[in-house]
Amino acid sequence: MGLYPVFLSLVSATGLAGATWWEKLVTVFLPELWRIVKLLLGGLSGTGMIFALTLLFSIPLGILVMFCRRSRFAPLRVLTTFYISVMRGTPLMLQLVVFYYAPYYFFKIMMNKMPENWLFLALIVGFSINYAAYFAEIFRSGLSSIAVGQYEAANVLDFGRMRTFLHIILPQMVKNVLPSVTNEMITLVKDTSLAFTLSYVEMFTLARQESALMVSPMPLFVAGIFYYVANLVVAFVMARVEKKFDYYHV
Amino acid sequence: MSLLEMSNIKKSFKQLEVLKDISLHVNEGEVVSIIGPSGSGKSTLLRCATTLETVDSGDIRYLEDYLCRTNSGGRAVYADKAVQRRIKECFGLVFQNFNLFPHYSVKKNITAALTLVHKKSKAEANAKAAELLEKMGLADKAGAYPCQLSGGQQQRVSIARALALNPKILFFDEPTSALDPELTGEILKVIQSLAKEKMTMVIVTHEMLFARDVSDRVIFMDDGYIIEEGPPKEVIDNPQSERTKTFLNRILE
Repeated sequence: MGLYPVFLSLVSATGLAGATWWEKLVTVFLPELWRIVKLLLGGLSGTGMIFALTLLFSIPLGILVMFCRRSRFAPLRVLTTFYISVMRGTPLMLQLVVFYYAPYYFFKIMMNKMPENWLFLALIVGFSINYAAYFAEIFRSGLSSIAVGQYEAANVLDFGRMRTFLHIILPQMVKNVLPSVTNEMITLVKDTSLAFTLSYVEMFTLARQESALMVSPMPLFVAGIFYYVANLVVAFVMARVEKKFDYYHV
Repeated sequence: MSLLEMSNIKKSFKQLEVLKDISLHVNEGEVVSIIGPSGSGKSTLLRCATTLETVDSGDIRYLEDYLCRTNSGGRAVYADKAVQRRIKECFGLVFQNFNLFPHYSVKKNITAALTLVHKKSKAEANAKAAELLEKMGLADKAGAYPCQLSGGQQQRVSIARALALNPKILFFDEPTSALDPELTGEILKVIQSLAKEKMTMVIVTHEMLFARDVSDRVIFMDDGYIIEEGPPKEVIDNPQSERTKTFLNRILE
């Protein structure tokens, strides 16, 4: 295990070489671990913010993109298809860097003239429009799996387009897409670590810094455990939501 | 005046001419069965009458309202939204595959259009649903979901859903085709009881014996035309046209 040499190096550094193993554990290892946990917890808010705000913006945006993708107006449809293919076909890391430096490259605005929170803004915009592309495709598949008879039944009952979508189609679509959305959310939890490319202070950025400082992988292990636990929570919550939609099947 | 009148209806899908020149009328209280081989255009005709398809040319009239009229250029021009809305209130449609809303309970399937579209109160809609479910012999299924019902039960719910809006005319698009033979009986019984109440109905069906028993008039369609039309005793028991004879021989054997 990688942790044991880490443990030994910590112990030797503090000159407690002669102490029993549990003395070392209690006096050196646990306080050190606690320090790292506290440090990374400080970055958790950054990670959580990216996660929450990206979901908040990309899901409604994804629905909008899906409608554009299905539009009867051909130029809009072509443009949207192109946008989706670019978002899915290039690395998110690259997109984030491009967004961040866009004011300079495209408008010749010096980066130090940008507002203070530009870094965070660029991150959220980048994450949101990237994830919106994926969500749009997920929603599109969820929509196309709904039988045409549902539209026809609603049409004959004179529901109208809006009511048909809100009351008949959307609830069924939500059920259809839940498993894929869960997947996407789990990927997003891990993707938040890409914010380190712009040196935004979130958990992974801190873990990398601290790991370099300590010359030890321990902060990275701890970060890994954080991501894993966060995704356990996501999976648990989404399983509950899926269960809520279990009361019917088609 | 007839309740529904369709005259000189023509409809093509791309190169394929499905309805070539169809005229028919349905009087109040009348039960009309449309029979004919697959691909004869009978389902398309029903879908045109219920706004699920648009016709290329011809007139469709419900009472005083025209759903569409042919202009001088020979193209059908459809009525504005308000008229279409009035017409949609006039008819109900029962689908071959039921097309119930799977995420709604049986009760909500019946009440949804009443509360959402017609802005009826919940109590009023629920009372209507209870009455119709009682009539369909499904009083104990109000809280069930479509996936928990047999095909025959689902089809009865969909009939109740259509009846909830008090239509003047009810269309059936092969209402028993998706059902096991042993379940078709329950649907036929429901249609029979509706006929007794003088419900106006147009039924596209493959059930020849049923068409003979329940309908006042039978229309035989083939290849986009109405070939023969008249009381079941004439069309089914004593067909005049060769095509009708061949078809009936094949079916009834």
